[in-house]
Formats: sequence, structure tokens, C-alpha cells
Amino acid sequence: MNLKRREFIKISSITAAGSLIVPPFFNSCKGVRLSDNAESYLNHFEVTKDLLQKVISAAMEKGADYADLFFEHTLENYSSLEDGKVNSAYSNIGYGVGIRVLKGEQTGYAYSESITADAMLKAARTAANIADGTAVVSPVRINEFISPSYYPLKTSWEDTSVKDKIPFIQRMNDNIFAADKQVIKVNAVLGDSTSYILFFNSDGELAWDYRPMVLLYGVCIMEKNGQVENFFVGRSHRMGSEFLTNELIDELSKEVVAKTSLLYSATKPKAGEMEVVMGAGESGILLHEAIGHAFEADFNRKNTSIFSDKMGQKVAEDFVKIVDDGTLQGKRGAINFDDEGNPTEKTVIVNNGILTSYLHDRISANYYKVNPTGNGRRQDFRNIPIPRMRCTYMENGPHKRDEIIASVKNGVYVESFSNGEVNIGQGDFTFFVKLGYLIENGKLTKPIKDFNIIGNGPQALADMIMVGDDLEINNGIWTCGKDGQGAPNSMGIPTVKIKKLTVGGITV
Amino acid sequence: MDKNEKYSLADLVIEHALKSGANQVSVNIYENRSNNIEIRDQKIDSLKESNQSGLSISLYVDKKYSSHSTNRMKKEELFRFVEEAIIATRFLAEDEFRSLPDAELYYKGGGSDLNTFDPKLDSVDAKTKISLANQALSEAFGKDDRIISVSSYYSDSITNSVMVTSNGFRGDSGNTRVSLAVTVSLKSLTGRPNDYWSENALFLDKLKTTDIGKKALERTINKIDPKKIISGKYSVVVDNRVAGNLIYPVYGALLGSSLYQKQSFLIGKENKPIASGLLTAFDDPFIPSGPASRLFDDEGLAAVKRPIIEKGVLKSYFIDNYYGRKLGMKPTSGSISNVIFNTGSRNLDELIGTLNKGVLITGFIGGNCNGSTGDFSYGIEGFFIQDGKKVHPVNEMNITGNMNQFWFSLAEVGNDVNENSSIKIPSLMFKNVDLSGI
Repeated sequence: MNLKRREFIKISSITAAGSLIVPPFFNSCKGVRLSDNAESYLNHFEVTKDLLQKVISAAMEKGADYADLFFEHTLENYSSLEDGKVNSAYSNIGYGVGIRVLKGEQTGYAYSESITADAMLKAARTAANIADGTAVVSPVRINEFISPSYYPLKTSWEDTSVKDKIPFIQRMNDNIFAADKQVIKVNAVLGDSTSYILFFNSDGELAWDYRPMVLLYGVCIMEKNGQVENFFVGRSHRMGSEFLTNELIDELSKEVVAKTSLLYSATKPKAGEMEVVMGAGESGILLHEAIGHAFEADFNRKNTSIFSDKMGQKVAEDFVKIVDDGTLQGKRGAINFDDEGNPTEKTVIVNNGILTSYLHDRISANYYKVNPTGNGRRQDFRNIPIPRMRCTYMENGPHKRDEIIASVKNGVYVESFSNGEVNIGQGDFTFFVKLGYLIENGKLTKPIKDFNIIGNGPQALADMIMVGDDLEINNGIWTCGKDGQGAPNSMGIPTVKIKKLTVGGITV
Repeated sequence: MDKNEKYSLADLVIEHALKSGANQVSVNIYENRSNNIEIRDQKIDSLKESNQSGLSISLYVDKKYSSHSTNRMKKEELFRFVEEAIIATRFLAEDEFRSLPDAELYYKGGGSDLNTFDPKLDSVDAKTKISLANQALSEAFGKDDRIISVSSYYSDSITNSVMVTSNGFRGDSGNTRVSLAVTVSLKSLTGRPNDYWSENALFLDKLKTTDIGKKALERTINKIDPKKIISGKYSVVVDNRVAGNLIYPVYGALLGSSLYQKQSFLIGKENKPIASGLLTAFDDPFIPSGPASRLFDDEGLAAVKRPIIEKGVLKSYFIDNYYGRKLGMKPTSGSISNVIFNTGSRNLDELIGTLNKGVLITGFIGGNCNGSTGDFSYGIEGFFIQDGKKVHPVNEMNITGNMNQFWFSLAEVGNDVNENSSIKIPSLMFKNVDLSGI
């Protein structure tokens, strides 16, 4: 149990392929996609506006400041390939309502997996116990929140059968085997999920959302002269089955074969502090770990973040601008409104090198007397919403990629990662590099692999001395872990040079 | 649902699946109740109560396989769920290795009570739980001027489950768990160091409830103003609280799925040395009230106590039913239970006392291990040791190596097993390890 650590894990372990299974075509209990209005979502969960008001009243009956109801119905399907065939499937259905009650900064929470009046009133009264007074709550006027559409769908996963998915997974397998004779095994998994969300709170806000998600990954395993190497590539989007195209499959297959082959010429870097160039795209993991978590306002409200006393201060060079954005269409980190009913937005956290905003949930926004930023998210109805990142990236800077690499005499260039972690209070962060290159006299030379890099958040931010003009948003399968809850994220960055990080390598 | 109701529902679902076209079926039904309380700076921060239940099912349909789970437990819905799942399964490719385990490998009842369920836990009231958390917090709160935040956490969990297969397995189990933890954050010149201490037990009256806040505070104070040291080869001692982290990659490499996927650096190593002769570890499912004690595993296979590593020699892989068939190996179990390490004669302080110049590792942060090659690299924190004494805390460093060589550099095992974990591992000392710092 390590309560202060935030782990970030990309699905990249091959053993995961054995346990994730391909699913059939479960769809919602109504069998049809809901039309986009409040009534259809109320009907989906078999509730009425009157009942919602009653449950909120019960949640507020001990004198709380606020209460909300989060209804969720999620259908997940996974199809997986092993030994050249799509030969297993897994599916899951999650259904229930989470009831949260706030009194100041205090939270009471309970949920029910059965959406009946009795079960909900019981859960509401349990959550209500966070307050200890009495109150009579009269129903408030209901305002329907019409959400924007950051993930428009062409074909929902509920309308896509397992039969339609199999050929794409099979194509990835066949491509990879055809590309290189050294390939001995391929694993591939396609996972999709669909969530129906209905939200109601004591301010009368009523919102609903239909949230699709897809992930696809392939693992290539090669054997050459007894040496086994593997590489993982994946993509994830909030999209329907229009995500699946032959072009995408071909691109992923090509990338995974090329990168696995490269590992045979890769070595380990030397140990110690050195200049590090972060390649555009996937290196956004640096922002997520080194900076993003420490900007989540729950840590700052509790004074436990190393950035707790840095608001309004200069923390980086003038050309550094970092944002957390929930509005990027179809991205894994996109969200129409957050899991406590607040609209999402593009939040600028560092502008001209100055710390301008934390990432807020409802509690912290209230504490700091600022508008919520739409970062209150939860893994599912069983969990309390907390401040989480969405798509975190750095905007373009003044430098050219070539010029950045040319400026390094002895250092490393890193571009593919599997996982990272941060300690919020001391600011130490790490990321594990699957593939990179040595930089010798301003040029990329030998590939390097499998090493950890560790640094300190505020120091690394101040040490970003060059920022490229080649921003790339990475569409990898990033899942962030915090307080035991997973949340989907995206990230991005242009090519960036950091003056000094500690590279885990070999000492001579 | 009580136990009998769970069995009846499992039987009904299996019967319906067989009638709808499945050849073999396995069903697991569980219920879990849990409570989580967080106190921060003497005020309740959050109270959470959870009640969940679910059913998972594995279907074997004409040599095709799929598995599913749901928390919609009404009989009619489950029946439709199963029917749809069977139809969909037929679209998959055949896999000749998919079938339920051989019935002779199943646990057949008659095992002794492993004492993993506290029947009194369910009736403990919220006040008692809150007061435990308050008391743990009070050992740290206000006890040092540098404190910026103290939180304490009480959590408990009660799980009951039954499992039934269409080829004759029937089993049920009940487990309880309770834990108490404190985290402390301090203000210092270089950051806001934090650390924690936690205790857990299966029975509330066995839970150690004192010295949690005190230890959390002490540990945090000790971490103030860390610095890194120069890169090089050092002797290291790994604290028993975190030594288990070094075992996980070894465990991963022993799994049938890893062997089959060539994602293991331990392929072909059975009965060969993989570590220093000082290392001996058993998988023991039968420890009374052990955190991972069990009579059968999640496929119903009868639990067996077996050596994993004896005097550095690999004795057993962890092979589940499916990968056992694919690899042509006899299934052992697809997962570990309690892992018991042999101990040495000296405690942590005595081990530290033997280091002329080295590092005591008290925490890992990030990093990974390549399962195929055994190459690993992890972030670390701890203390720089000179002449057997702690000189200053260290952070922002990495430990790097290869699992195949690293375990041979094990120089001594301590006598201080971590009782809070199912991995009962003592503190370990390694020689000649690559640490990256300045």
C-alpha cells in the first residue's frame, strides 16, 4: 500500500494478452442506441425526474451542502488473438449509481448496483451521514445540460458484431508475420467499450452522455540467434468502429516490426546525469508525471504537492506553455463533461513559463474560489470523483528538432515508453524507456533500450531549455492510476531538451 | 445472497448454458462489502461504503472459448446474457487446448479451516472504525512543527464467493481484510517529503493498531532533504517492506503464459540455479490466517505446498490449466498464494552495520523489467550508508541490472520477515549493484 504514489501504466505486458479476451456483441439492455435526449436516458435507467429529486433530498437530509447522482451502464468487449487466430473473447457489464454527498471538503459516498427507489434511498442515506444535522430540502428546478460533442460517432460498438472485428485483428497478425521471418509470435487485442452516463445534482443540473472508447494493440515477438525481443504498439480513441481501417492496421504492423528489429542493435546507456532529448509525441509522459500530477488541485489543497506554493510564479522558460485539454475530438482523454457534471475545457496550466492554474474538481474549485476546470473524474460509479488529467500537452516552442539534437554532445534521445510514476511531495518522477538513441556529437547513433530515467519535477520544468515546433499528440493506450482508480488519458509534446536527468544505465 | 443461494444460482446458470449449447461451463459468484474512511488533520475527509456482487462465467462451446462478467444478477437477465455470449462465441476460431481442468486435479473438500474469515467484522459499527483511524492519526498529528498534512485511513473488506464447474467442482470461500494506515507530509527546504506506515490483518482483533502514526512520522522525518550520490557499483540492503518488488519480475517469468509467449528469462531453468544458494522460497497456501491462504485456486485446482526456489535452484513454475495443455506441462497453479522465504540470522540494522559504503533501499519508484531478457531498471530512494551508519537520505537514483545475474549477487538474507504481506520476505543484501546518480 503506497498511498502517495501515482502510477501510470500503458497496457504493454504480453501476459495481459492472455487474460484479456475477445468479446461477443453485447449491447445495452434496450438493444438500441439511445436517442440524444434526457427522456431516453431516464428511461434507460428506469428512473423519473421525481425519483431523482427524492433521492437527492434523502442525500441532503442531514444538512449537506451538495449531492450528486452518477448513473452508469458500461458494456465492454475484448477480442484477442494468439497463435494466429482470434480465439478468445471477454466481455463485462457494469451497471449502477454512485451517490455522493459533500459537506465543505468532506465527502460521503455510497453506491447501488440495483437502480430501484428503495436501494437508491438507502445508499443516499448512507452517504448523507457525512453531515450530522437536519435539513428539509425542497426540489430544485431542473436544468438540462446540452453537452458538446467531442466524440461524434459514425457506427457505435453496440452496432458492431464480433464478426466485423475479427478480420482487422487477423490482418495485423498476418502483416506482422509476413514482414519478417524472425517473427515467432504475435499477440493482438481489440477492446471497445460503451458507457451510458446520466448525471443529476442538488443544483438541479441534469446531464447525459454516450461515451465510446476503443483500444487496439499488437505485440511482436522475434527470435534471432536465441535472443528473444518483443515490442508493443497500440492506439486508443473515443471513436466508434469507423476507427478500424486497413490503413491503421498496416501502419501499426509496420511500426511494431520495425521497432522490434531495432532492439537487436540496441545497448544500454551509461549511468548518471546527462542531457536528455524527449522525442515529439509519446514523451508527453514527462508532462504527465513530472508536472501534471503535482498540479492536480487535491494535492495542492492539502498542501502536499511540491507545487503547492508556486501559483503565479515563474516555473519555466518563457517559451513553455502547458495545457490540459478535454476538448480534442476523438482523443482518449476527451470528455463532454466531467464526472461531476462540469463542462470540460482547455485549461492552461503553465503560460509564458508561469504557473497559471491547477486542475480542479468541485471540492478544490470551491476551496480556491475559482471556476471548476472539468477535471473531476472517476473510474466508474463505484468511485469518488477526484482531479484527473485529460489530454496533457505542451504547445510548440521556438526551436527546430534538428537544432535541438545537434546541440547535444553526449546524451540520450528517448521516444518509446512503457510506464512512469511520480512522488507528489518530493517531486521525483520516473519513466521507463523502451527505445531511444544515444546522442554523440550532435547526432543520433546507437539505439538504446530498457532503462529508467528519474528526475525532479520543478527542476526538470526549469531545465527545459529548448522546445521544438513539432507538437505531436500521442494516441497510445494510456491509463493513469491514482487512489486505486484508473482513468484514460492522452498526452503530447514537441521535441524538448532537458538540461539534466538521471539515466539508469551501466557503470564502468 | 447466502452461500446456498449462490450455489443455486450458479447451478441454474450452468444448466441454462449447457442447454443453450455450451459443452462445458465454469461459474463464479461473489459478493463484497467494504468500508473506507479517511481522516485528514482530525476531520473526516471521506466515508465510503461499498456493496457489490457479480457473476463471471467461462464458456466452452464447440472447442471455442470466451469468458464474461456482469453485475446484473437477475435470473432472466443472466439467462439472456449467457445465450448471447454463446452465440457470439461461435464466431471465434477453434482452440483445441480450451477445456476445463481434469476433474482429478480439483479440490474435493475435506480441507481444514484456514481461518480466513472474521465473522465479527460485519457488525463493527462506523464509530469504532472512525475511532481507530483517529487514534492512529493522533500519534502523528501536531507532533512536529514541520508537519503540513497527516491523513489516516481505515479500510475493511468482506468477500464471499462460490465456484461451480460443469465437470464437478464445487467450492466456496470467505475472506476478510482490515487495514489501518497513516501518511505524513512535512515541509522542508527541498520539497514536501511524505511517507506512510500501514498494518493489516484478516481479523480486526489481530490488527496492530498502535505505532502506525508514530512510525509514519519517523519515517517521513528521516527522509528530509535527500540527495543523490555518485553513480557506481555499491552494496545495497533492501528493506523487507519493499524487497517483494524485486520478486515480482521473477514471479512473472515463472508463469505458464510467459513461458509460452517467450516472455520469460527463466525458460528451461527448472532444476537449475537461478539465484544465490542463500535463496529458498516456498509457496504455502495452508498457513492459518495467511493473507493469501486457500484450499483451491481460481480454477478449482487443489492447493499444494511446493518449493519455488531451493538453495538458489528453480523447483517450480506456475502453470495454469490452459497453458499447461499448450506447453505439455502438468498444471501446478496459475497464481501464487503465500510465499515464504527462508531467513538468515541478522536483522536489518545488523545488515546495515556490515556495509562500509552502500545504500539502504527503502522505496522503489517506477521502472520496469523486460520479461524476455530480464533487463531491469527501477527508481529508488533510501539512505547512503558509510561505516555501517546512515549518513543521509538519498533519492532520484536508479538501480539497473539483469535478473539472471542480479540474484546471484545476493549476499545475505535477514531474519526479519515482512508479516504484513503474503510475500513473507526478509530484508536482503546484494553486492556489486549498479546505481545511477550524479
